[in-house]
Amino acid sequence: MTFMSLVPRLAIPLLLIAVALLPFLAPWSKVMLTLALAKGLAVLGIVVLLHAGQVSFGHALFFAVAAYSAAFLGQAFGGGELVSMVLIGVASAVVVGLLVGLFVVRYRYIFFGMLNLAFSMIVFSVLEKFYHYTGGSDGLQVARPLVLGIEMERPAFESLLFYGGLVIAVIVAWAVHRYFDSPIGHMLKTIKTNETRLEYLGVSARRVLLVGYLVSAALCGLGGVLMAVAQGIVTPEYAWWIRSGELVFIAILGGAGSVSGAFVGALVYEVVRTYASAFAGDVWQMILGFFLLGIILYAPRGLIGVYGSFMGRIGSNTASGKEAKRRAMEAAE
Amino acid sequence: MKMKLLCGVAGALTLALSSVVLAADKPDQLQVGVTAFLSGPASVFGEPAKAAAEMMVAEMNASGGIGGVPLKTYFVDEGAGGEAVLAEYRRLVQDVEVDAMFASISSGNCNKIAPLAEDLKVLNFMWDCGTQRIFEENSYRYVFRTQGHATPEMLSSVLYLLKTKPDFKSIAVVNQDYAWGRESWKMFSAALKAMKPDVQIVAEFFPKFGAPDFSTEISRLQALRPDVIVSTSWGGDLDTFVRQAAQRGLTNTSTLVLPLAESSLERLGKALPAGHIVGTRGDHYFLHPERKSDLAFSGFVEAFKEKTGAYPIYPVFHMSQALNALKAAYEKAIAENGGDWPEREQVVDAMAGLSFAGLGREVRIREDNQGIEDQLLGTTIHVDGHEFAVLDNMMMFDGDELTTPVGQESVSWLEQLTPEFVGKVKVEAFSHGS
Amino acid sequence: MNLQLIALAVFDGVAYAALVFMVAVGLTLIFGVLRILNVAHGSFYAIGAYVVASVGGAIFAAGWSPWLAFPLMLIAAAVVGIVLGGLIERLLLRRIYDKEEALQILVTFAVFMILEDVQRLVWGVQPYFEATALQSLGNIQVFGVYYTVYQLILLPLVALAVLAGLRLFLRHTLSGRLILAVTEDREAATAIGIDTDKIYLMTFMLGAALAAFGGALASATTSVLPGIGADMIVLSFAVAATAGLGQIEGAALAALLIGLGRSFAVYLMPELEVLIPYLIMLLVLLWRPEGLFGVTQTRKI
Repeated sequence: MTFMSLVPRLAIPLLLIAVALLPFLAPWSKVMLTLALAKGLAVLGIVVLLHAGQVSFGHALFFAVAAYSAAFLGQAFGGGELVSMVLIGVASAVVVGLLVGLFVVRYRYIFFGMLNLAFSMIVFSVLEKFYHYTGGSDGLQVARPLVLGIEMERPAFESLLFYGGLVIAVIVAWAVHRYFDSPIGHMLKTIKTNETRLEYLGVSARRVLLVGYLVSAALCGLGGVLMAVAQGIVTPEYAWWIRSGELVFIAILGGAGSVSGAFVGALVYEVVRTYASAFAGDVWQMILGFFLLGIILYAPRGLIGVYGSFMGRIGSNTASGKEAKRRAMEAAE
Repeated sequence: MKMKLLCGVAGALTLALSSVVLAADKPDQLQVGVTAFLSGPASVFGEPAKAAAEMMVAEMNASGGIGGVPLKTYFVDEGAGGEAVLAEYRRLVQDVEVDAMFASISSGNCNKIAPLAEDLKVLNFMWDCGTQRIFEENSYRYVFRTQGHATPEMLSSVLYLLKTKPDFKSIAVVNQDYAWGRESWKMFSAALKAMKPDVQIVAEFFPKFGAPDFSTEISRLQALRPDVIVSTSWGGDLDTFVRQAAQRGLTNTSTLVLPLAESSLERLGKALPAGHIVGTRGDHYFLHPERKSDLAFSGFVEAFKEKTGAYPIYPVFHMSQALNALKAAYEKAIAENGGDWPEREQVVDAMAGLSFAGLGREVRIREDNQGIEDQLLGTTIHVDGHEFAVLDNMMMFDGDELTTPVGQESVSWLEQLTPEFVGKVKVEAFSHGS
Repeated sequence: MNLQLIALAVFDGVAYAALVFMVAVGLTLIFGVLRILNVAHGSFYAIGAYVVASVGGAIFAAGWSPWLAFPLMLIAAAVVGIVLGGLIERLLLRRIYDKEEALQILVTFAVFMILEDVQRLVWGVQPYFEATALQSLGNIQVFGVYYTVYQLILLPLVALAVLAGLRLFLRHTLSGRLILAVTEDREAATAIGIDTDKIYLMTFMLGAALAAFGGALASATTSVLPGIGADMIVLSFAVAATAGLGQIEGAALAALLIGLGRSFAVYLMPELEVLIPYLIMLLVLLWRPEGLFGVTQTRKI
């Protein structure tokens, strides 16, 4: 086995190590990377639905529900506690996911997307309008919570969020991978390719999609809580349609349907966004827009696809090269 | 003789050496990060403030900077959203290692940044945001506000209204639906009810921030006919509301009280009729009655108009206050340090009780780090020579009397005011030509 | 709530609905033919408003007749529709008709982001206000309340004219019938030799022009400033989805429903004002996912 043929297999561990070490070189980047992780988790939720061929333009809803739950918890208990915030945040995202999901899994394609948008805009308007409960458009402060009863200084807390978030992201990514490989994961995929076949097999497509929907709501919720505690504030903007669009944007950017693509996409997006707004303040949206156009028109398989075909070219006759190619093809589906 | 010479040379050498050491302590430049809206609706404040900062810094640097050190500014766009602002704030403090930060315009951003600045131990001036809560809820070492806050702004508006129109009966409010709109009305109404208990509040509207159309609210208000309509809105929202109200005759039947309208006067042109009450968020007015004949002031106003095409508005004044506060703090710290360049902590120490003046009256930093600033209000008139409404019947209120005392919470402090307060409060009056 | 207040709320609702309709009808027309949900639609609205406010401001300041405001609106809408709409369809959309729905929406999302910054670079961030058209028509007093003739009478009339014009165009002209044919059945239309490329281009330009016309009309009543496009787009989504995507007459009724709902909310429960359009949309979609007037699509197998 040559070194080159090892690269694709090592790519993800190497990238992980590089990301984990970056805050030592540039301490200010720690929070930016934490936010990228938070978005990556939420994007993973979008990726789950993309496997079923469905696109939600309202998934920021679950992001916001979990973030606000964490914020309410923090306000009710004088700061709150991190682990309980994460658990309750995700739980509330799942509960809302169930309520919304029961309606929306009956629909497909544009109707699925629009209904999700409608639900998220309702929550957005409620969060914005009921000032006395939700803090209105300025949102709610999230004070630095205790961690299992221990009070932490900001640097330690930020490190904990980042490295804790990284570990959770790895575990979750692995779990989602397993889910896709499981029978119910394959059924999810069948909704995209041939839903009728699913029904002939006596499987309820709605139920399969509902499970996927709950998984995606939980992932968005997890991302939302991480975002809320890392930023120290939650605002209705968390539920806004542009935020939902951003999540879909990142999913496509990373490589539609790819688990690692969700995080790679989020990382690249966050870095481009931060630098573009710092060094090209007037045109950062334009830069992101052209970036997105370029990806869709010239690299429809996203960053992971670009990487896959690059690696495929280098080691096309090695097993791992083929593996990379296969994965890239998968991502392209 | 020889010995003496030697001593002299040695002495000179030591002196030279020591001065080399001191000069090395002095940085090449004093770096300041400024957060301001350069995009989004609030860029109506950010853009003029940025232009002003560039002009004032160039002027300061031309005359030797601060203690011989030139200033360098970095701008951060608040319009890019909370995440980007915080990331960029950290980068400036931890990576570029700026000496001070001016943050920010939005109260929401001030809320996020104040605890961060405290943790990063960087001198932070809240140079424009109005929320009174920050120092009432927490105490800070590194965070200061170089201007007044929402309480004196609202209280002076109520006082001006009660002094100029004591017999009005009913009032309605149309504020933007976000923290400023809600909080400012809470304070305005608390002060009003305390000093005029029989007032009738006939309608409370909080249209969406950035609402493009107020037609429905205006129809409702015309049917209700309140004597006074208050709106603390600003920017496009205020312009739209005033124009639509004037167009449909609402300004003939009700008096508007617009505490932030100084920043809209020029844009509104003739659309804002005479006879309505305008506030300036401090004593910020390009025809400041005490400063307008001062050459430094009028020279700047002309140069600013020349450069940007518009007269300076309150964020420009706030920027001048933040820059002059920084200058005063460094100069005070240098003096206290025996003429040597101060450590950062010494500069923070020097902020205690600091007095400085920007383009308005002198501002003083109180022991809770809050600035005490006088308040100027007036009533619109149209005069020859200006294509837009200017202020007449101006009143200047003393910031000390109007700012919530240290350790008290603003709303409950306002609630315990009495009708007698209106008569007792100190006021200086000016008219347009004076 | 007495009769007078009900009447006032109706007037306000109708005036508002007229503006929203103009934008939503373009969106729904484009969707009907191209099957693309155009997020950049809000940008056409904003750019139409900016062009009229800035050009109008300049020519009226130079002493031209205020009545030119009305032709200016039509010209601005046509220019924005043909130039901007045409360019976007030819250069971008044409390349993505065979792609997935989600990618198509994202392309228009990218265009929206780019155009947001373009607006800022061209027009800056200061609000524009150019109400010459509104002022030249004066006020009218109804039940003791002053309304502008522009909002109370002109806007609803223009909306009705646009609706009637579109009907006439679609039913009684060749181009219109071709558009309808493509809307009904794209494959069959191509099979009988209809040049779909041309139809797509024409529809997109027409839809963009309608959005720009909505913006042009709105510019007389409001401040034109950054961000107005983003709000308008979700609102017109709500109208189009409530009506049923692709339904032109439906869009008019849905706009009216949402406009009236909103203005009654201001009178009865101002806190619900922003919630109303989405609440109506959600209730309608839960009841009839294809919208009030939408046709049930055969499930793709």
